[in-house]
Amino acid sequence: MEYKNHMKLEFDSKSQNEAFARVVVASFATQLDPTLEEIADIKTAVSEAVTNAIIHGYEDRLGIVRVICNIQGNELEILVEDEGNGITDIPQAMEPLFTSKPELERSGMGFTVMETFMDEVRVYSEPGKGTRIRMVKKFKSLVAE
Amino acid sequence: MLLNYEVIDNKLVIKLDGELDHHVAENIRVELDEMIEKKRIKYLIFDLSNLRFMDSSGIGVIMGRYKNISKIGGKVAVIEAQEKIDKIFALSGLYRIVEKYENLTEALNRL
Repeated sequence: MEYKNHMKLEFDSKSQNEAFARVVVASFATQLDPTLEEIADIKTAVSEAVTNAIIHGYEDRLGIVRVICNIQGNELEILVEDEGNGITDIPQAMEPLFTSKPELERSGMGFTVMETFMDEVRVYSEPGKGTRIRMVKKFKSLVAE
Repeated sequence: MLLNYEVIDNKLVIKLDGELDHHVAENIRVELDEMIEKKRIKYLIFDLSNLRFMDSSGIGVIMGRYKNISKIGGKVAVIEAQEKIDKIFALSGLYRIVEKYENLTEALNRL
């Protein structure tokens, strides 16, 4: 039987929770026997996705951000969801250096960082309904066994 | 996030200690800009030896300071970036505008 596990985390769209979310996901991932590098990859990707939900999804409003993790075999699937503004042009949003918020000194590198550090990144979004980012990380230590 | 400053002539060395994300970015920005203006800083050196975590918010902070300081003919440098952080800088193209040095001595000599 392939190993499976699941967890769901819900929190307010406050920037204080960015560190909280990435630490929780990293802790959950420890059961996959990750390398330090893999843990750093996950933390960075989760931080980017959650920051997006807070800044772009809800802007200055308070909303709920959900982080769902599913482990299946050697893979960790991470879903980061908000019920905020949504993205009208997903390909444009994912372009390196594109930002809709230059006044906040956002670098526009969020999705590029997620794509660099994770094995798969998909964005599902509907304007006015919200955004879901789905990321997958494959853990090498377990593949080798 | 702790910030330690050292002013050497018109150079400001900022040692970032902890985690740099969106939550702390705004405070760092305000604090740095105040310091740059007050002390008439022309060269900024970010010492990243104790930076344990950084996401793309960090790129925004450094690029923003670069924009301001390059207007007065100054420069921005980073030293002792750890592997993961170095990778984020490289992929964002930050090294096209910001100098990268091994350590503080080298940065102070070259700037």
